[in-house]
Amino acid sequence: MSTTEFDLESKRLHIKEPETRFDRQGDLTDDERVTKAMAHFAKNFGTTAAAYLDACVHCGMCAEACHYYVATGDPKYTPIWKLEPFKQAYKREAGPLAPLFRMLGLKKKVTIEQLEEWQHLLYDSCTVCGRCSLICPMGIDIAALIGMARHGMFKAGLIPHELHAVAERAHVDGSPLGVTPKSFEDRVEWMGDEHDVKMNIDQDQADVLAVMSSIEIQKYPEAMAATAKILNAMGESWTFRTDGFEATNFGMMSGNTDWQKETSMRIIDAAIKVGAKMVLLPECGHAYMALRWMGANIYGKPLPFKVQHVSEYLADALNSGKLKVKNVDKSVAFHDPCQVSRRGGATQAPRDILKHLGVDHREMENGGDYNWCCGGGGGVVTINRANELRYKVFELKMEQVEATEADALLSSCANCRQTFDDGQEHFDWKYTAESLLELVAENLEEDDA
Amino acid sequence: MDLLEFARGPALQVALYIFIAGSLWRVFGVLMLQRKPDHSEARKSGGMGGALKVIYTRAFTAPAFKKATIYPKVLGYALHVGFFAVVFLFIPHVVFFKGLFGVSWPGLPNNVIYFIGVITVGLGIAILIRRLTNPVLKLISNFDDYFSWFVTLLPLVTGLIIPIRFGIRYETLLAIHILSIALLLIWFPFGKLAHTYFVFISRGTTGATLERRGAKT
Repeated sequence: MSTTEFDLESKRLHIKEPETRFDRQGDLTDDERVTKAMAHFAKNFGTTAAAYLDACVHCGMCAEACHYYVATGDPKYTPIWKLEPFKQAYKREAGPLAPLFRMLGLKKKVTIEQLEEWQHLLYDSCTVCGRCSLICPMGIDIAALIGMARHGMFKAGLIPHELHAVAERAHVDGSPLGVTPKSFEDRVEWMGDEHDVKMNIDQDQADVLAVMSSIEIQKYPEAMAATAKILNAMGESWTFRTDGFEATNFGMMSGNTDWQKETSMRIIDAAIKVGAKMVLLPECGHAYMALRWMGANIYGKPLPFKVQHVSEYLADALNSGKLKVKNVDKSVAFHDPCQVSRRGGATQAPRDILKHLGVDHREMENGGDYNWCCGGGGGVVTINRANELRYKVFELKMEQVEATEADALLSSCANCRQTFDDGQEHFDWKYTAESLLELVAENLEEDDA
Repeated sequence: MDLLEFARGPALQVALYIFIAGSLWRVFGVLMLQRKPDHSEARKSGGMGGALKVIYTRAFTAPAFKKATIYPKVLGYALHVGFFAVVFLFIPHVVFFKGLFGVSWPGLPNNVIYFIGVITVGLGIAILIRRLTNPVLKLISNFDDYFSWFVTLLPLVTGLIIPIRFGIRYETLLAIHILSIALLLIWFPFGKLAHTYFVFISRGTTGATLERRGAKT
């Protein structure tokens, strides 16, 4: 399929810029698109969304938290403005005062032109990093609302070409970036041989089901070896599964809740099949949000297993003394993946790991939960037309990292890492983000034995 | 019935009814919507504790955002404090509330209230200027923002005019003041002034959800 031709040579794994962009999907009429967008945004209307939309006082402070506004000074990047058509539709169609708004003509009907313009604001210029959610004096979780608006946009067939292409690929193949069960198996074997580490794949029973991000499988396969090495060192009964290996969830990022569910269910089903007590999530930010915090809600009941990000697993293993690491003599800065730290609550885990590694950890100014996003989250890194803007916001990140004067930069998200790799190449920058997991795996104490 | 009788009587009464009914409609219209249960394994307890925590903590600004938001925050807080001081601590208002609720509390000397009133109007003007000139606010503002500003400031201005008189009868000025309050009460539930209620629901919802995850709130 020409629309999903991957550029495997590039620093970021993405589909090549299409000759003709299709930023409208399907053959709905304009009116149908508007109706669908609103209906599927409104589908999420529980008390939560409604209270958020009713609480906004238009103070504009969220702009100051958004890397797109701060980097460009353009007011259209004000986070709450990114929701304007949906706010308008809520007040006009769904809110408690909707009849009044319609009668008095206080809110106009949303138009297709508006929605097309907002595609840029909801996808190209929002990484759903949630920094705005922390500044809002009304406590509105703006990032959550963006996710809901994306549901509407997907149903309306109004999402960026590339994001649709990779999400569709994940729906068809089970993986967004060209990985198939067979190629996954081949790469697992290859890494096992290359690093002389025992790989477990398609075991019938296992306590731990390890899943990977296709960015790792394709671009950073050492992560698979590192994961195996650590699980082996811990003496875990574990497995990779070809029927549930993909941790990324482009259904979630693009806004297709059906595809989101399908992707999550592959992992959930595989974990149940092997009787897993835990699903170990890889270094991937949004995968953590998708399974750790949304997985059970998609499943409709509590998951019959624990879900941990690999940094949480490592922190527990090191804190309990089950895993030991050698001292690493260098200074490092750590880039928190937004969905794991700020949005996911696992901010302390990497800090514990760094302490055990004995590195000189240099916390960035306003780091941790207030960290600037790398600019690649929320699917933005896949969108070719968003590159220039992405580089602009990346400069904020560069300043934050450079101020630490650390020897190296680490992170625990493959998507952040590829965004850093791409930024490094673009700016000829001295840093890129290396894997925290791999650093641990390279420095396991058993290596000395 | 003269203007003052009308203002004090039916006007204020109808305004109060609209205020109460409108507020209930707006708040329950939101609270009655569905709430989805969260099945994810909690890291920390969220619930009411998380909600109350964030209702309190979000009154403060995180250090990372202090520099960028100090001016509007100071203006906003000062306006709220000034407004509430004038409403609840002006002795004639205290007497009015005693008549309404049967309880009374100490007030501040009239001159102090006049001073606070003037400052509060000044703050309101500064807030309006900011809204009209700041590119972000200019873009995101709508009718509600300006009209809510107008109906909030109007009772302050009409109240401050009373001691000055401008040659107008006291009764007329008082009637105008009361009518401006009626307008505020009528608009209150329908526009952004309802943040008075929604600030708690919104902060509480975020608190309950994100505290449960152990995420930053």
